[in-house]
Amino acid sequence: MTTRWIEISVGGFVIAAAFSLLLLAFKVSGLNFNADDDSTYTVYAHFNNVGGLKPRAKVTMAGVNIGRVSSIEIDPQWYDAKVTLRIDNSMRNKLSADTTAMILTSGLLGENYIGIVVGAEEEMLADGGEIRDTQPALVLEDLIGKFLSSMGKE
Amino acid sequence: MLDLLQQVGHRILSIVGGLGRSAQLLLAALLGLGYVLKNFRLLVKQIYVTGVLSIAIISVSGLFIGMVLGLQGYSILVDFGAEDALGQMVALTLLRELSPVVAALLFAGRAGSALTAEIGLMKATEQLASMEMIGVDPVKRIIAPRLYAGIISLPLLCILFSIIGVWGGMLVGVEWLGVFDGSYWGNMQASVNFTHDVLNGVIKSIVFAFVITWIAVFQGYDLEPTSEGISRATTKTVVHGSLAVLGLDFILTALMFGDF
Amino acid sequence: MSSDTDKLVEINGLSFRRDKRAIFSDLSLQIPKGKITAIMGPSGTGKTTLLRLIGGQLKPDQGSVVVDGYSVPDLGRKELFSLRQRMGMLFQSGALFSELSVYENVAFPLRVHTNLPEDMIRDLVLIKLESVGLRGARDLMPSELSGGMGRRVALARAIALDPELMMYDEPFVGQDPITLGVLVKLIRQLNDALNMTTVLVSHDIDECLSIADHVCVLSGGKVLVQGSPEAIMKSDLAEVKQFIQGLPDGPVPFRYPAEDFALDILSATPLRTKP
Repeated sequence: MTTRWIEISVGGFVIAAAFSLLLLAFKVSGLNFNADDDSTYTVYAHFNNVGGLKPRAKVTMAGVNIGRVSSIEIDPQWYDAKVTLRIDNSMRNKLSADTTAMILTSGLLGENYIGIVVGAEEEMLADGGEIRDTQPALVLEDLIGKFLSSMGKE
Repeated sequence: MLDLLQQVGHRILSIVGGLGRSAQLLLAALLGLGYVLKNFRLLVKQIYVTGVLSIAIISVSGLFIGMVLGLQGYSILVDFGAEDALGQMVALTLLRELSPVVAALLFAGRAGSALTAEIGLMKATEQLASMEMIGVDPVKRIIAPRLYAGIISLPLLCILFSIIGVWGGMLVGVEWLGVFDGSYWGNMQASVNFTHDVLNGVIKSIVFAFVITWIAVFQGYDLEPTSEGISRATTKTVVHGSLAVLGLDFILTALMFGDF
Repeated sequence: MSSDTDKLVEINGLSFRRDKRAIFSDLSLQIPKGKITAIMGPSGTGKTTLLRLIGGQLKPDQGSVVVDGYSVPDLGRKELFSLRQRMGMLFQSGALFSELSVYENVAFPLRVHTNLPEDMIRDLVLIKLESVGLRGARDLMPSELSGGMGRRVALARAIALDPELMMYDEPFVGQDPITLGVLVKLIRQLNDALNMTTVLVSHDIDECLSIADHVCVLSGGKVLVQGSPEAIMKSDLAEVKQFIQGLPDGPVPFRYPAEDFALDILSATPLRTKP
């Protein structure tokens, strides 16, 4: 009887720990094994400078989350940053071809994320399409540098 | 002067001797893996003693440490208007440092000292000697299952500690102080990396489990079989175990997170 | 001296020291087969150490320990463990495994060394427990037993594999007169019924002399005298007389060596305390 209880509680302990590890994986670190599933589609965007943008940063439209950055790499052809965005299927065929993507900052010191504003064209972005109109991240050092040099001219 | 030199020499020799004996014990116990697997119930029993019986203290401390992190983190972050990053702060501090280290310290105090005292008492009451006379190697039968159980239990406890701590941080941050639920989890998910943060934390706690259990079983096996000897060895287990954890934590952190 | 030809244990020129203190120097001793041999001597003469040397738990610095033709210190691990299956030892504290019940304690050697089916183990355990009169206590834990009962359970465990050589380490210490009588009877019965050889280490003179066939008195790491109980009783050696008759002072001094009492009292040196 006691042996039985010991074995049951050890089994429970191991299962609880395994379940917690799963929670850590999915809930806390946001691990997602089915990133290529049908719930999203892919769009590319090229930026001159991504600033502090990181993979897994959110993609928003009008402040609402509509997707995530899945990878950031250098494009050796143009020497700029090629960012892969995964956009929710609810927005499939709803982004026009002249959509603008901007790298924004939440608050003064916050994380970088991508903001999307749709354009006016009839043609829509397909899966694997590219956003041409982009605005790079505002780099604080560049801004201060420009400000100082314009001060110097006056 | 010569007396002093002799004392120093004597100390060094006894330390080296102890290290040698503990390495010998560790090797013999690790080689007992086959015996442990054949007598799986011995292992289960010891996981119960070292792991299941430590769940209460681990859960309560995890909850409170998570709640304190939530409170302190909020009061610091709110000054920068960055309270949305609370989830990230709580999760990273817990996963990388606090759960492996605090769980290990509690484990040394709760399970490690109990292991030392139990093995020491077995030695003092000649149970180990009589087992040897019956023809069973006490290192395989007594030490090996306890060593492996410790190595298995602590990482599991550490995982429980993390998840309860993150939940405790959410209780304070989200339910009480009003951080937005979505940004608590969202920021956490955006910044926590599974292999870099979660798995490294678990690896840390496996290393700590190994060292603490090793110290605990060695102190129990090697002690002087008197009541004074047992109390001294139990203290040593907690002190040496805790110091080893803190020292190793620095080394492991430098190795894992040092490449800035 | 006895003229038995077959000795189960032969010890020759044995020396053993612990922390620079010589416990045995050039000790020679024979234990005859099928008899009860009592090894007696004042405390601190290394009687328990002697049993451990026979059991191979300690290695001598010099000399030989031969059990049934095997030289114990030279045996490999496997051979030593298989030799130990033929030995039983009752430790001073009983040494029951505190995490196992009485039943499991007695079953332990059987489970480890035999592949008997469970119902046969059960029969054997009950037989052994019955022989020490504790069949009814099989479900108790060692912590629930009195000292005397614990020792009897330990005895049942020690004889579980029907050993050829049975060693008792101070079996009579701290027992009430009734338990004492029970133990004395048990040791005699077991020896005769199972055709064992018994080595008994003790300093309880009356009990030892009443059951032993052969007695060795140790002192100062040497065999002082050995022979039949009657011969020991009649021994003229002053040390043996002091030990047998329990005189407080004699060749074994009552006092720990110290300087002259009067001088010690008069000198005003404060007590030394440990640094």
